[in-house]
Amino acid sequence: MIELYLFLVFMIVAAIIATEIKDLLAAVISLGAVGFSVAIMFILVQAPDLAIVQIVVEVLTIVIFVAVIFRTTHIDETIGKKLAGSHIFSIVTFSFFALLFIIAIINALHEIPAFGNATMRVASEYIRLGLPGAGGANLVADVILDFRALDTLGEATVLFTSVIGVAALIRSVGRTK
Amino acid sequence: MKGMSLIVRTITTVMIGFIFVYGIYIILHGHLTPGGGFAGGVIVAGAFILRILAFGSEPGGEKKSEIRASIFESVGALLFIGIALAGMVVAGTFFLNFLPKGIAFNLYSAGIIPFCNIAIGIKVGAGLFSIFLALAAVKYVVKD
Repeated sequence: MIELYLFLVFMIVAAIIATEIKDLLAAVISLGAVGFSVAIMFILVQAPDLAIVQIVVEVLTIVIFVAVIFRTTHIDETIGKKLAGSHIFSIVTFSFFALLFIIAIINALHEIPAFGNATMRVASEYIRLGLPGAGGANLVADVILDFRALDTLGEATVLFTSVIGVAALIRSVGRTK
Repeated sequence: MKGMSLIVRTITTVMIGFIFVYGIYIILHGHLTPGGGFAGGVIVAGAFILRILAFGSEPGGEKKSEIRASIFESVGALLFIGIALAGMVVAGTFFLNFLPKGIAFNLYSAGIIPFCNIAIGIKVGAGLFSIFLALAAVKYVVKD
């Protein structure tokens, strides 16, 4: 349990470094530290499926970021400049709403069960029926592709839509103006 | 897009086959071990992306590969929906696991789950690769 908190502190520090550092390559490396910490936390709470997905997606994201940085620029010129008046107004507004959100979250946190003691009304049925009902030895595959396959179809549709969106946004045809 | 140095290209030549086979393994064993169609598809896409980054591609080559990847992505999506509709044809339920379950822990078990994993693997791998190609093929046209 204590190692989860250590990783959490490490992730917060790495995320702050990623937003504040001037060298973009160092910022990408800090972002990778956050992502791989998430993967290690998934392994610590015994979720290897999620850990594998997190690792490969993180590697792919970092590769794309590094490829873009090598082709454009290393230096983030917006960091270290003085804030304009409108910026200060938006920061104050954001802080106010963030405070409201945090108060609401703290009140809501009293309602949910403690860490590691989920109520599991539906999930216990999935665990009981997984191997006899769906036949797969990997319970996660049973859940996402048999019991909740419609959710997976929606997820696949999201990816399909995003690919179409990227292809439509940055195609070279029709960009002559 | 330009390629990388001789060291990177040599290492890529050695490693790319293993990465590709590992991605296929993760997809095919998705119902037995951790992993599945999504993770394996991303690994397969990573093998293709590594090849493009290390060896580069001839001008205009990204466009052709992107069209091919889009075709594969659509085939994966249609395969997934086709499996779902096949359940509807057999017994009237969307996403029914209509194939025999087989013996647990065998490669040929769990009915439609391995086929769904293969479809998702094709879809995710081709989709992420075509996103990468679309990003790599952007022409930086600066007008002033």
